[in-house]
Amino acid sequence: MNEAADGKSSAAGQLLAVSMAGISKSFGGVRALDDVSLEIEQGEVHALLGGNGAGKSTILKVLNGIHKPDSGTITVAGRKLTAHTPEESRAAGIAMNFQEMSLIPTLTVAQNVFLTREAKAGMGLIDDRAAERKAAELFAILEVDVDPKAVVGDLGAGQKQLTEIVKAISQDAKVLVLDEPSTALAVSDVDRLFVFLRKLKARGVAIIYVSHRMDEIARIADRATIFRDGRHVITAPLSQLPIDTMIEYIVGKRSKGLSDVERGTAVKGEVLLELRGVSGKYKPENVKLAVHRGEVVGLAGLLGSGRSSLARVIAGIEPAVSGEILIKGKAVKIANPGDAIGAGVALVPEARATQGIIPAHSVASNMTLAVLDRVSMAGFVDPEKVRSVTDGMIKRLSVKTASRDHAVSTLSGGNQQKVVIGKWLATDPDILVLDEPTAGIDIGSKSEIIRLVRELAASGKAILFISSELSELLAACDRILVMSEGRMCADIPRELLDDVGIPEHDTAHRLQAAEQRLQIEIQEALKYGQEIGNDDGKSNAYPEL
Amino acid sequence: MTTVSPTLIQSFKANWRQNIIYIGFPVIFVLFALTLNEKGFLNPNNLLNIVRQTAMIAVMAIAMTFVLSAGEIDLSVGAVAGLATVTVAMTIAVAGPVAGVTAGILTGIAVGMFNGWLTTRIGIPSFLTTLAMMGIAKGVAMWISNTAAVPILSPGYSWLFGGGALAKIPVLLFWMVLFGAIGHMVLRRTGFGRRVLATGGGETAARYSGIDTKAIKFRVLVMSSTAAAFAGMLYAGRLQSGRFQLGEGDELSVIAAVVLGGTSLFGGRGTVVGSIIGALMIGVINNGLILMGLEYSQQLIARGGIIILAVALSQKRS
Repeated sequence: MNEAADGKSSAAGQLLAVSMAGISKSFGGVRALDDVSLEIEQGEVHALLGGNGAGKSTILKVLNGIHKPDSGTITVAGRKLTAHTPEESRAAGIAMNFQEMSLIPTLTVAQNVFLTREAKAGMGLIDDRAAERKAAELFAILEVDVDPKAVVGDLGAGQKQLTEIVKAISQDAKVLVLDEPSTALAVSDVDRLFVFLRKLKARGVAIIYVSHRMDEIARIADRATIFRDGRHVITAPLSQLPIDTMIEYIVGKRSKGLSDVERGTAVKGEVLLELRGVSGKYKPENVKLAVHRGEVVGLAGLLGSGRSSLARVIAGIEPAVSGEILIKGKAVKIANPGDAIGAGVALVPEARATQGIIPAHSVASNMTLAVLDRVSMAGFVDPEKVRSVTDGMIKRLSVKTASRDHAVSTLSGGNQQKVVIGKWLATDPDILVLDEPTAGIDIGSKSEIIRLVRELAASGKAILFISSELSELLAACDRILVMSEGRMCADIPRELLDDVGIPEHDTAHRLQAAEQRLQIEIQEALKYGQEIGNDDGKSNAYPEL
Repeated sequence: MTTVSPTLIQSFKANWRQNIIYIGFPVIFVLFALTLNEKGFLNPNNLLNIVRQTAMIAVMAIAMTFVLSAGEIDLSVGAVAGLATVTVAMTIAVAGPVAGVTAGILTGIAVGMFNGWLTTRIGIPSFLTTLAMMGIAKGVAMWISNTAAVPILSPGYSWLFGGGALAKIPVLLFWMVLFGAIGHMVLRRTGFGRRVLATGGGETAARYSGIDTKAIKFRVLVMSSTAAAFAGMLYAGRLQSGRFQLGEGDELSVIAAVVLGGTSLFGGRGTVVGSIIGALMIGVINNGLILMGLEYSQQLIARGGIIILAVALSQKRS
């Protein structure tokens, strides 16, 4: 092998865009990367896959000079990196988006995109107008609508993500690293991103693409490398890696993904949660729905369709301004989160890190935060009760933690989410609202969480399940509602999705077909927007149509 | 400019709290002009006096704008100004004014490097570093001067750094404008200024963007102490002496001026022009309270109340 200073070449004799060899990295005794290698060819889209804690983020940070490797070499287009600083990696032509981590909320979009590479007007003075023009051109190429003059802190999640991507591609990089670029993007934005990535690819840019979404990988990637537990598992062309095989490599032998979740038949009991014409301050608008005991009701829709707002209304965080909320058939007033908890409603919120947990606090103190009164005597927290509640939950949800006293931040994403669920289960709710409970969680933990949701429903709870992933909605739900612009616009019964004309035993194909069916149903609903749950039956969801 | 004004009005409406100084300053000024006119508030001499008293606060506030914008704070500025008056005066007495100026600047740089080193290398929050430095600087000033005033017998120094005037305009105003113009351009239009705002706006993101945030914090703390030492040189020139009490308590006025001006206490947003106007506003309030004939105790209470009210109004709520 040619290990000289000019770096390695690919089989085709072409110089490799990136060659990382024998990389190891430990954090305080924990081995995050164990002698891994990663080779990226010029002009390819290379998927990097693995569960949480597999070492994807670590190796990307090593490549970007954020972390110094303990051992191993990095060669970029034939030049060996020596300093391992962000400046060196950037100079070598590596650019990366950092899942919203590289944006300064107080600066404008244009200022962020060109941070440290500002356009100069002469005498070393910055020219923001020129930066705004250049940023506008980039957004125009991607055909997305982001105002370069807007302050980043005022933007929604999708626009921030687009800004982050544009910041990365604006660097005219030889190697573009995209870490979960699509989590907050609408489907159409992802399509345009892919069109753009193919153009970059044609120009010889190497792209490292990290995503939990298997369908995206299948669409865009040429080759994939899979990591597990800090080790390199396989690198192969995508043609040799069907989705099932990929999942097996990612999770090892412990799970086959979503398709093996036993959904069972719902034992529908009485109506536990009912909304009658409920409206929030902006969203939702005039929503009517009912969730029965033992039922998991899915809530689909685009970002900003009002699903999370509806969840916050039910949980009393943004109280309803009109309409009626009935719990077990009785009208209740939910004016604050305390009322909701009292009425037996629990919300597992969408932003786990800020709304769900206190990362620096222990598993035990997080799990008992919502039931402090119940574990206290005369105002003093009873450590014995805290212990029994926490240990019970850890066992029930099989949370993987070194102990109940470890900080939640030391847990993997999937286990953090279980802590949030446990925290709310401790309040013994009848109604559980889950807002994107599997966002940013690897596929192994994902199926565990969905299995848990099914078990909770079977134990007699009513569950409202918000998700943007169709496969997940299919795996978990008995019924799927679709929201658009704050209104309910479809109610898709399970039977419709199961009736796809494929025999029972062919589970994989059945699910695939069901997913297609669901996609079509949702698109139809968004297009025609027949509002459901309106007593007068008239549609006003899309007055302009 | 016609195309600029509509967007200016829009951004003003959207961010009125940040821009409260541009309403508050004229309102206070007009109020005092109406009520205190007979006591000579609008007298040119009185107005120039306000400028003279404000110059030191303004010089420190300009540098403090960078410190707050970077998400740090410097509580030692008043004490460092006091220390600089002493080192300047003592050095002039033995080695002349040029050496004195050098000694003053070096005092600031030394203290700033120490503050910066403790904050960025040892990792002590700047709040604590500079709070401790406040005591150390004052103690050193008292110790080396035996708590006595040190006279400055150099007319040239006193003219340039204090009492001088060109065509009736005090040199202190020139210093204020010079520092203000440089500070404004550096914060708004240079890569360094942008890096300062980025560091305070989101440190992790700034680091991921390739900014050496520790170096930025180190530099703003050195800037702040050096500006404080320069303000001390102005005190020394104006009063023709060095004393450890000079500048005492200025940190409150300086931080209030900066926050009033629209700079965020939490970093990421800063305006040098606002800080200067904030300093002028505090000067006007001080002057007005004296003209009203309030006792010193009453002045302290009134000034504290006005500052709290104004800063509360200027805070962005979410």
